[in-house]
Amino acid sequence: MSMRSVVPFGPQHPVLPEPIHLDLVLEDEKVVEAVPSIGFVHRGLEKLVEKKDFNEYVYVAERICGICSFMHGMGYCEAVEHIMDIELPPRAKFLRTIWCEMSRIHSHLLWLGLLADAFGFESLFMQSWRLREKVLDMFEASTGGRVIFSVNKIGGQRKDVDNDMLHDFLRHFDEMEQELKTLSKTFLNDYAVCSRLKDVGFLTKEQAVELGAVGPFMRASGVALDNRKLGYAAYPEIEFEPITSNVGDCYARCDVRIREIFQSFDIIRQAVGKIPDGEVSVPVKGFPKGEHFMRVEQPRGEAIYYVKANGTKNLDRVRVRTPTFANLPGMLETLKGCQLADVPILILTIDPCISCTER
Amino acid sequence: MEQQNIIGIDPRSLVPEAMKLKTEGYRLVQICATKAGEEYELTYSFGKEYEFLCLRYNVPNGGEITSISNIFAPAFLYENEIHDLFGIKVNLLTLDYKGNLYRLEHKTPFH
Repeated sequence: MSMRSVVPFGPQHPVLPEPIHLDLVLEDEKVVEAVPSIGFVHRGLEKLVEKKDFNEYVYVAERICGICSFMHGMGYCEAVEHIMDIELPPRAKFLRTIWCEMSRIHSHLLWLGLLADAFGFESLFMQSWRLREKVLDMFEASTGGRVIFSVNKIGGQRKDVDNDMLHDFLRHFDEMEQELKTLSKTFLNDYAVCSRLKDVGFLTKEQAVELGAVGPFMRASGVALDNRKLGYAAYPEIEFEPITSNVGDCYARCDVRIREIFQSFDIIRQAVGKIPDGEVSVPVKGFPKGEHFMRVEQPRGEAIYYVKANGTKNLDRVRVRTPTFANLPGMLETLKGCQLADVPILILTIDPCISCTER
Repeated sequence: MEQQNIIGIDPRSLVPEAMKLKTEGYRLVQICATKAGEEYELTYSFGKEYEFLCLRYNVPNGGEITSISNIFAPAFLYENEIHDLFGIKVNLLTLDYKGNLYRLEHKTPFH
């Protein structure tokens, strides 16, 4: 007869850079149920909107997360711009698209490194993060920051990037693409890596929809949804299709993210090829009044920025539904039936961002 | 840009409306509480492909709502969050953290 026990996982654990706690109900080594606890570092950033001018809040939104900082700032700006009916200059839209994709590349490379670290492949971890450093260098060259960029504002961008620098970036991305091809062979073909990722942590297409999964976690289960198709920034002028897999295991999530990095290289090439000259912002007058749900596709999946404005400088409400929050129910489902030793890998494959969740 | 439909409903019709959306293939996208004077405005967002639909009703300060977590499983997280941060009691939750989803040093609800 199997023995039932409860094993606490986190909030401090080697694979978790940020605190989340799971009570794992085990039958011998098999997980039968997992109950999450969050809120260890909740910061009340949504509440802060009542004290900040709606223009100042861009800086707060950027600080929700250090990985998706650009996209948090942009998502908030796009919501307010929609309420105020502000049409951005085309160059600003293309710059947003380029920086969004650079965020996706460095976020996915960060995740690949963390994944390699979780199963003890240290050199693969180092190579992934070495590549990621190149994107951070490009962010620093174009925005002045490596984590917080402060280039978004209501009505456009604070900074322009000259065309020579953008073409220089393309040369760097060409080199990175070749290096990533080599790296991805190890991630997708190495025996040791495959043995940890294949046939582990299945989530079916029906479960992904039922449990509200988002992003690569959802697309790896065969759901072809990508909010970039909704038409924010310059994405309507970019040709791309959502990347999916029909397998739904940990390996599929790794495969989808690697292919999304290659897709981001392609999107940046298209954007640099099409970016027009001109202004990068428009003057903004008055205060917003109305409400809007802005849905953007962050590296980890769909993020929603709900803004409700009352016609004064302070907003009534900002609510950020982050991808990790949406992926928690799906993650709990994948944990059911897995072995205790696979729990760290399974948790990592949703690419959890607790600072996003603890906004 | 996408069309966003926000439909006002009677609180008592939330569960049947949610069941109807479930059978039509919608997924739960988010639940959001907003302070509206002496009341709270609750917005339930659902998605089907790229379509986005919201149901909305108001609940008085200190009021109670019925959970939809037995219809849309992910709702338990949003509803526990609403309970912890806004002090709205949620009945029939599939997983009730009883105010301990957010382990905050400061006393909640904030409002």
